[in-house]
Amino acid sequence: VKPSDAFSRGPTPTFEESAKESLSDSQLRRNLGRATQAIRRKRAVAVEEMPDWEELREAGRALKERVVRHLDEYLLQLEESVTRAGGEVHWARDAGEANRIIAGIAKDKGAEEVVKVKSIATDETKLNEHLQREGIRAFETDLAELIIQLAGETSSHILVPAIHKNRAEIRELFIEELGAQNLSDRPSDLTEAARLYLREKFLATRVGISGANFAVAETGTVSVVESEGNGRMCTTLPPVLVTLMGIEKVIPAWRDFEVFMQLLPRSSTAERMNPYTSFWTGVSEGDGPREFHLVLMDNGRTDVLADEVGRQALNCIRCSACLNVCPVYERTGGHAYNSVYPGPIGAILTPQLVGIGDPGPDSLPYASSLCGACYEVCPVKINIPEVLVHLRGRVVRHKQDRGGPRQKLDPENVAMQTVARVFSDTELYERAQRWARVGQWPFARGGSIGRLPGRLAGWTAVRDLGPIPQQTFREWWRRDRGSV
Amino acid sequence: MGLLDTEETGTIAVRVALFITCFNDTLFPETGRATVEVLENLGVEVDFPYAQTCCGQMHFNTGYQREAIPLVRRFVDVFEGYEAVVAPSGSCVSMVRELYPMAAELAGDGRLAERVAELGPRVFELSEFLVKELGVTDVGAYYPHRVTYHPTCHSLRMLRVGDAPLELLRNVRGIDLVEISEAEECCGFGGTFAVKNADTSAAMLSDKIRRVLDTEAEVCTAGDNSCLMHIGGGLSRLRAGVETVHLARILASKAEEG
Repeated sequence: VKPSDAFSRGPTPTFEESAKESLSDSQLRRNLGRATQAIRRKRAVAVEEMPDWEELREAGRALKERVVRHLDEYLLQLEESVTRAGGEVHWARDAGEANRIIAGIAKDKGAEEVVKVKSIATDETKLNEHLQREGIRAFETDLAELIIQLAGETSSHILVPAIHKNRAEIRELFIEELGAQNLSDRPSDLTEAARLYLREKFLATRVGISGANFAVAETGTVSVVESEGNGRMCTTLPPVLVTLMGIEKVIPAWRDFEVFMQLLPRSSTAERMNPYTSFWTGVSEGDGPREFHLVLMDNGRTDVLADEVGRQALNCIRCSACLNVCPVYERTGGHAYNSVYPGPIGAILTPQLVGIGDPGPDSLPYASSLCGACYEVCPVKINIPEVLVHLRGRVVRHKQDRGGPRQKLDPENVAMQTVARVFSDTELYERAQRWARVGQWPFARGGSIGRLPGRLAGWTAVRDLGPIPQQTFREWWRRDRGSV
Repeated sequence: MGLLDTEETGTIAVRVALFITCFNDTLFPETGRATVEVLENLGVEVDFPYAQTCCGQMHFNTGYQREAIPLVRRFVDVFEGYEAVVAPSGSCVSMVRELYPMAAELAGDGRLAERVAELGPRVFELSEFLVKELGVTDVGAYYPHRVTYHPTCHSLRMLRVGDAPLELLRNVRGIDLVEISEAEECCGFGGTFAVKNADTSAAMLSDKIRRVLDTEAEVCTAGDNSCLMHIGGGLSRLRAGVETVHLARILASKAEEG
């Protein structure tokens, strides 16, 4: 594990290992199944309304592709625009640098507490833990983020971080952690309890920290899209605002919002328009924060850019539609991915950000049956299955080229090499078919195979296998048609 | 219509190569025989090039992509001389049509890329060949059973065969076709996914099986034996009394076999 790896401290478990745990949690399965199915249906309705949805997707893809192609120019333009509007721009090579910059600003202001609004980028850098080490307490103000912060957990969904929890679980948590009395599990009561707790923080705290959905190179305008209004309070009440964003979040021009503001809410929350959309351009006299800092973070993104197939992962606008349609995510939940970016998009983004060669992230491109549902809903047309397959290739090539002699003896590698040789020669192939027929006798009992050895045992744990028939198709053809 | 004009001659005169796929060749030969039967009954001349083995999908999708490249070359060598190639597998056809360009690119072989681009559009999954290329939706089959159809992911989302298999099934005499809920959700097979992520695959399978059982069908059909082997393997383990049968076998069924 590289020292700059912000996603894990020490090696992370593989997806298979972590999924075992979540798959056996019946409460989690029910919470997730209900939530993803409901939002999936709603999204389909919201998208169906749009006669030009496919054109919008294509426009979104084209815009993001242009950003990625001219990222250097747009970022410099953004820096200039933000500075002109009275903001200050900071550049962070990696998570550590981003954390140091943000903690430095907070300490500079003498802040012991900061309020935060949902920013996956700060989860990526593990900012809260860093601030804590510096003696600064961070309060999450997005309701779902607050819930998981109080529970001492991590997010399991890009948009609905507490999707794995139900109302009853949240009620218990609030009673325990916020000291709420006589609390019911009605959503309105739960939000009221959180509101009472958070309002005080908004008014008393001197530094607000946010993420960004978009930043416009042309004007220097930063935008956050949210549902609760807590984000707006976080970005307007404290006198100092710090925004952390990944460098790929820049968009060229103000008018590009036309495309993204239609694509994002319908894809993410299945809304025609999201309740709160905040825009700010530097600082304004007598309104909002008096100081604005924009931290532009790389943290592996330029490595992603270097991969011609994989770079489309940077087009992501974090709508989470791919999570909601993914049959794997629906069953394992987000924690199995061991990353702040779960689901299909996480499976292609995480290993690229962290770098190939780490068993945990390397297992993520395999956490998919390649069913393609994610590609179909992606509002910016990221071909996730294509990137998954591409990354599997990189993972295997990395192992083969750098794995040394032990890798050569890896059973999977040996099997794949052998089978590839067999398939390359018709005679060998036909001989292998005959051998398989003979070789199956220890396993084929009573007309079906119920138990296979080694890694194949996973199959027969819950599935039978029909025995190999006595005649292959080609044997039949040869006999029946009499030609060779 | 694609390959030919049946209206003028009233008969179909076309020669296709059967791409049986290694999987069907070895494990499901009766699907191959049924495919030949369906095509020949329509007057299509079927050729079987013996040199064919595997399209390389398992290797490519598992990440053993350098190992898949010789198989890509082999496929192109064997099949590029044919006007059309037909396979009873949406998955293997999607490998050829959708992923061979990526393989050729990886091989860094411009000539291979050209050959792949030239051959790809002439490789068809059985139901799309029948409906979209031949314009046939009634193959004269008889199958008096309650059947539910599982649209496989690759035929649905990579090949976009759409309703072609259902159009064919609706015209089968005697069939009681019932729709399965959440039809378009993956069954959890996914090639080596079912072994590498066996637990997640099993969780997906259990939901698919529940929905199959909800239809009270006796037969679950699809255009891919790989998905059917997965669903059928689970049904068999549960002794559910529901059979999995490839679409080609239903289309090849005649009254006397009923």
